Amino acid sequence: MDRSHAPEPAPGSVAGVEETAGVAEPLHRALGLTDEENEAITALLGREGNELETAMFAVMWSEHCSYKSSRVHLRRLPSEGPRVLVGPGENAGVIDAGDGLALAIRIESHNHPSAIEPYQGAATGVGGILRDIFTMGARPIALMDPLRFGPLEDPRSRWIFEGVVRGISGYGNSVGVPTVGGELVFDPTYTGNPLVNVLCLGILPIDRLVLSAASGVGNLAVLLGSRTGRDGIGGASVLASAGFEEGSAAKRPSVQVGDPFEEKRLIEACLELLQSGLVVGIQDLGAAGLTGATSETAGKGNVGMDVDIRSVHLREEGMEPFEIMTSESQERMLAIVTPADLDQVMEVCSRWEVRASVIGKVTGTSSLRVLDGWDGPVLADVPALALGEDRPLYHRPLAAPADLDARRELNALGALRAPGPGESEDDLKSMLMDTGPVWSQYDHQLFLNTVVGPGSDAVVLRLKGPGVNSVDSDPLGRAGSDRGLALSTDGNGRWCSVDPRVGTAWLVAESALNVACGGGEPVALVNCLNFGNPEHPEVMWQLSESIDGMAEACTALSIPVIGGNVSLYNESAGVDIDPTPVVAVLGLVPRLERRPPAVGLVEDQSIILLGARDESQGPGALDGSAWAARRGHRAGALVPVDYEAHAALLGLVAALAVDGLLGGLHDISDGGIALALAEMAVASGVGAAIGGVRDHAELWSEAPSRVLACTADPLGVLDRARAAGVPGLVLGSAGGTRIGVEGLLDLELDEAVGAWRSRLSG
Amino acid sequence: MAATVGVVVFPGSNCEHDAVEAIEALGGTARIVWHGSADLGGLDAVILPGGFAHGDYLRPGAIARFSPVMEAVGEFARSGGPVVGICNGFQVLTEARLLPGALQKNAGLRFLCREATVRVERTDTALTSGTNVGDQLVLSINHFDGNYLADPETRRRLAEEGMVALRYVGNPNGSMDDIAGICNPEGNVVGLMPHPERACDPLTGGTDGAVLIGSLLASAGVRTSY
Amino acid sequence: MIFEAMVEIRTRPGISDPEGATIESALPRLGFGEVSGVRVGKAIRLSVDAPDEAGARRRLASLCDALLANPVMEDVEITLMAD
Repeated sequence: MDRSHAPEPAPGSVAGVEETAGVAEPLHRALGLTDEENEAITALLGREGNELETAMFAVMWSEHCSYKSSRVHLRRLPSEGPRVLVGPGENAGVIDAGDGLALAIRIESHNHPSAIEPYQGAATGVGGILRDIFTMGARPIALMDPLRFGPLEDPRSRWIFEGVVRGISGYGNSVGVPTVGGELVFDPTYTGNPLVNVLCLGILPIDRLVLSAASGVGNLAVLLGSRTGRDGIGGASVLASAGFEEGSAAKRPSVQVGDPFEEKRLIEACLELLQSGLVVGIQDLGAAGLTGATSETAGKGNVGMDVDIRSVHLREEGMEPFEIMTSESQERMLAIVTPADLDQVMEVCSRWEVRASVIGKVTGTSSLRVLDGWDGPVLADVPALALGEDRPLYHRPLAAPADLDARRELNALGALRAPGPGESEDDLKSMLMDTGPVWSQYDHQLFLNTVVGPGSDAVVLRLKGPGVNSVDSDPLGRAGSDRGLALSTDGNGRWCSVDPRVGTAWLVAESALNVACGGGEPVALVNCLNFGNPEHPEVMWQLSESIDGMAEACTALSIPVIGGNVSLYNESAGVDIDPTPVVAVLGLVPRLERRPPAVGLVEDQSIILLGARDESQGPGALDGSAWAARRGHRAGALVPVDYEAHAALLGLVAALAVDGLLGGLHDISDGGIALALAEMAVASGVGAAIGGVRDHAELWSEAPSRVLACTADPLGVLDRARAAGVPGLVLGSAGGTRIGVEGLLDLELDEAVGAWRSRLSG
Repeated sequence: MAATVGVVVFPGSNCEHDAVEAIEALGGTARIVWHGSADLGGLDAVILPGGFAHGDYLRPGAIARFSPVMEAVGEFARSGGPVVGICNGFQVLTEARLLPGALQKNAGLRFLCREATVRVERTDTALTSGTNVGDQLVLSINHFDGNYLADPETRRRLAEEGMVALRYVGNPNGSMDDIAGICNPEGNVVGLMPHPERACDPLTGGTDGAVLIGSLLASAGVRTSY
Repeated sequence: MIFEAMVEIRTRPGISDPEGATIESALPRLGFGEVSGVRVGKAIRLSVDAPDEAGARRRLASLCDALLANPVMEDVEITLMAD
């Protein structure tokens, strides 16, 4: 059973005894509701819920749909900003991008489904996030996939990794939305519980922005897309919330299967309906299926709705009402249309070969009623708002780990000896990874917008839809748009396991710096919070700290948080994953006349370090670093972000990136100066010789707010840095066949390239 | 007047916007043609763009060839009209028997989206008239089923009648004889796996594809002047 | 009369079958060294209404020719299972 929602054992009882005693478990518990939650439902209805009603509450009040453990903390995030059109709580966040255009963005996790069936888990994750975006009236123009797995040497982790990549490739390419980037991390903490996050970005004319509210008594709810089957029944509460124990194969029947061709037709049909003004409101069918879509559209519009389950197209015979109302069958949307427009709606759907049927009617009550035939018996009658608005809100106990103070004292620089001969070279080789074998399986070029694709600090796209105005009925095309957008996703479980608060602040800083490397000015952030079991007080503490760190960094850097997703119960065999919040910062690039500098070096150009060096030379320099973790050291205290200095660096880097002054650019993060320099070298096939790095601590430090730049005009760059109040130092120059850091590192370029290439393919 | 190129859209096509953008950027006029339309209505050239027509279910192109538009495309081709199939469009042309052979899964059993260099083998075709034999072009490939094959007799015929238009330099997918694109003996019907429309802008994919799309516009223009 | 049928589609002999080859190359490592000749294809189940078996076979053969298989690279085998 779904352990995550098991009620607390009664005092004195032994967990598990109830089930073996042969006493039938109450329905609500089997569905994952606690006794208290069931009492709340009884109070809301004024009577006990029947089977169908209880099932509907169970999916809506699951952790996955209700955020009942995290909501109380999420409120602390800053979500306002001059460009914000839609903040958290809708299907996607939306910002005003200027020129009458808006950008919709959302990130979501599909961790648990992907662990069970990697291909379909990842594929349906892509499908789901796309629907969140076109629901807002936006055309999806880019996908990104931050992925985290157990070590490649573990056969099951490798199987999951390969299946997930094939699923993203198979669905994303076929549905016709480019996958332009993401992340790829292998770490033992994800062995039993991979993290498969997926982000989608869409573009829309501001006046097409639609929200999911139903209105107008007598209007019709039209179900579009696939037939409804038994796939994913209970998925929301079982697949999305339960940790993994032995025997997860038994859960396989409820895995959903994606159909990218259906989704492609659905995208085109829905965008045409929205563009033609034929729908009043529209909502995708997500984790809670028809229950979620009907109650949310009705609830948000302050109306009621009658739903006739006999009108729902079914894939299988003999489906029970609760199965129809909670099925997670993919590729379905619910459109609210006026009776006068119905014929035209049907015509558009028929042209795109999209199945459409009227399954609901907007009523003047506030009830969501499920009927067996329009004039048939009432199977369920619940207040539409209650399923959403009245969901539980938990203040779960939180507690810092008992050894927190002791761990903070253990700084890596003091605890670990300096590297011996050859050690640094081996460290570096173990950290290099060419992700090309993964992203070459993704169409990352479609729509001709990809100026900087996968494998860079930030993805840079032209700010336009596909095509050109003159031909396309979709009025988004702006061929030759001279503005752009930059986007980066960043997570780091290692930093956040050392210090969830500062680690998360580092992430926000890094993501913003990546965006600056693409020439972008950060305008919004979305997050995907991957944490362990919220019933563990330490996990709740991690979540709370992480949110505080994010709130602090976003406030200081003026980046509003416009959406997010929380994935809890990421654990296996009782062990929680390292806290792994993933953030995605979206930036706007004011001028896009040339490609921003690549992660690379140009022969004979100077290599400059931009940013302050105090922290990377201080006693905490190595805390949280990959170098320390490789030596089993995961403790210490992360240095705080100096936001004023960081903001100055962001402005300088973004300006340099678009000015054409640089031949190469890379932020310093994972693996410190050593890995940043080596990645620039292997990507361009140009060696480097630098000096001035004080010691191994500065070489491997991951302290924030630093970049390496390569330029033919070092004095010009240093002048610009001085004017911006950013310290700059020429470290050396690019060229030759070695990667050398005076007194600290000397590796043949070919050897580095070999290690870089063989990590995934070998 | 600028030549008008029809870009056929099947359910599941996805490169139609890109083809239109490239055509217009090079001075042509583009028109989207729905697959259900049985009439091309006075076009000067036709592009079958990339994508996953009908989800590539069964085989890429297998279902698309039965769309009403394909009869009109066939007639247009037989009358000498320039027809170019890009990627999925190439697969549709082989399934429709407008070009010989077939495209099977890449030898590496992986989808490949990357740069590929091709060499021009024939210049009197609708797509290569602006090039010289031996020219090397850097284009993007983006496919799972791009591994060209043909039976021995067809293979001989391709060689004898000079029906290979483009060959890979460094075969990415296991294609027979490094074939990246072929044409009919007359040269007015061309199919290729690489995407020339993705290489018409220095900001996004280089400019080596412009000469190919430009050639198509020239072929279309010649036809208009008949 | 309704005939249940199974259409098996295989790559023609002599045409490379990378999927089959990949599976076969993995077999010795898994202790199935005695297994060979792996070919990957598709199987399609369908039913056809025809006056007799020969008629059903004829219709299915033309369906295979028109749509289900590509004769350039695929062979088909039709198995009828009369009710």
